[in-house]
Amino acid sequence: MTHVGLSQFLVISSILFCLGIFGIVTRKNAVMVLMGIELILNSANINFIAFARFGNFGFQGQLIALFVIVLAAAEAAIALAIVLNIYKTFSNINVDEIDNLRD
Amino acid sequence: MNIYDIIFYLFGAITIVSAFFVVTTRNIIYSAFYLLFTFFGVAGLYVLLGADFVAIVQLIVYVGGILILLLFGVMLTNKITNVNIKTGTIQIIPAAIAVVAFMYLLITTLLNTAWKTTNNTVDLPSTQKLGVLLITQYAVVFELLGIVLLIALIGAASMARK
Repeated sequence: MTHVGLSQFLVISSILFCLGIFGIVTRKNAVMVLMGIELILNSANINFIAFARFGNFGFQGQLIALFVIVLAAAEAAIALAIVLNIYKTFSNINVDEIDNLRD
Repeated sequence: MNIYDIIFYLFGAITIVSAFFVVTTRNIIYSAFYLLFTFFGVAGLYVLLGADFVAIVQLIVYVGGILILLLFGVMLTNKITNVNIKTGTIQIIPAAIAVVAFMYLLITTLLNTAWKTTNNTVDLPSTQKLGVLLITQYAVVFELLGIVLLIALIGAASMARK
């Protein structure tokens, strides 16, 4: 068995990315779609930090990962506010049943 | 196979297995708790990559902030008396086929690519380097991110209480 290098981290992150996509396209509940988006953002962060460690980029990859985490926090807050408003209007948050843009 | 490899495979297995349960469990509360283990596993991978500060920020922001926010979202959008909070699923078979094909494509591509790697030494702690970069080269990005976060949180609060 070879030693752990860049490829192993990239394999982990691509599996995480595909699981996130699977969650987004198969789940009906809007909160579950958000969880899929968080998985995808985490896989992108693993890629950034893996290339910061094994590539020749210094600390900039880690810094971009920090920025991604901050943007993920902002995105989760906004998306949950939207989901709460959808729940007040339609009384459910199944993304396949909400197809009205106006009442 | 040294101790680093063993810890890597441990954290990778935690991450992948719990992420698999996140997207397959029907109960949303269980999914949220499996997401906790995924975030812990990813933080462990960050530590193995020499990113100690990012790992701590991952634990604080994701586990302490985003996961709690998601749990709030689950609790506020279901009837609390309804004990079994389930989520429906659609189109599992085509999605699984497409995702597995895409995963095969990604993994074969990245395994057959000759990445230009340098064997850097990990210099810990990374906090000082990150702090210097934040106030010199990335100062504008840092300030803009602060403004974005402020506007996003104010907007979320005002949207949610309407």
